[in-house]
Amino acid sequence: MSRKTPEVPAASLADIAFMLLIFFLVTTTMDVDSGLERRLPQWVPPEQIDEDQQIKERNVFVVLVNRNNDLLVEGEYANIGNLREMAKEFMANPYNDETLPEKEPKEVAYFGEMMITKGVISLRNDMDTQYGTYIAVQNELVAAINELRNELSRQQFGKSYNELDMDQQNAVREVYPSRISEAEPKKVGGK
Amino acid sequence: MSKFRKKGDKELPAISTASLPDIVFMLLFFFMVSTTMREVTYMVDIKLPTATELSKLEKKSLVSYIYVGEPKLQYQKTFGMAPRIQLNDQFANVADIQDYIIAERESRSEAERNQMITSIKVDENTKMGIVTDIKQELRKSAALHINYSSRQRVDR
Repeated sequence: MSRKTPEVPAASLADIAFMLLIFFLVTTTMDVDSGLERRLPQWVPPEQIDEDQQIKERNVFVVLVNRNNDLLVEGEYANIGNLREMAKEFMANPYNDETLPEKEPKEVAYFGEMMITKGVISLRNDMDTQYGTYIAVQNELVAAINELRNELSRQQFGKSYNELDMDQQNAVREVYPSRISEAEPKKVGGK
Repeated sequence: MSKFRKKGDKELPAISTASLPDIVFMLLFFFMVSTTMREVTYMVDIKLPTATELSKLEKKSLVSYIYVGEPKLQYQKTFGMAPRIQLNDQFANVADIQDYIIAERESRSEAERNQMITSIKVDENTKMGIVTDIKQELRKSAALHINYSSRQRVDR
């Protein structure tokens, strides 16, 4: 003699589900974390830093940011709006200008022999520089290199840099390396 | 005698709520999938700077966070107004960062350790002095892959 089991009331199911829903609404966030990705240089103990590492003047693109968030680019006042163009011109050096960085030939996959720039962007900031300005400057410099890579990959592959596969991206990266160096913080005077 | 009788005092039929749980569950699953858990409660005020060249932090499990900003109002009595570093759920000094990175590294599996990223969330009005100190500490502890957390800039 099998008796029917009484049906479980489902009226409270909605309440339970609502409770869970509200719990998740409160404890989670929607925003995706994103930001400027950078790599720091290896740590070198202060006594091992060799000061006489010489880089030719024309190969360095000096960007200074002072405590009032003013920019000094290659010894002249500059506006953050122009920084990207200046950095692009420096890294590309399209007309092999004497004052812009040297290039050396190098064999690169997909491209054959390419003239690779020896340029380095050097960024130095003051203790009292605002972080927002610093990020804006970093952003412009990264943008300059990204734009150059994009232009090159459009020219060569007809696609933007992000759509290329790994090998192609590596090749493009080799032509336009991301050389943004941040100077060692200097301590002038003791405590 | 008419065909169209007045329907007298017939009651309105109740709307069935049988599908209500299904709808709510659907919402629940949507939120479970599309959101992520908060890592910590902020003890500092952070307004992130804006940038355009952003890259996303793909794997949350590989990321450790460092927060820098002015302490929130309820902590200002004890910690003052100057920007402070927050690690996990407490205020910290620059000297604590190395220990924090080591602890974070220990908690990951061997294979993941070299892919770890440190996300630095700093308020845009902070002075660079403290950020430079943090960067030096990160270099000392060989956590070289960093991400300056920032918002997408909207160009008008």
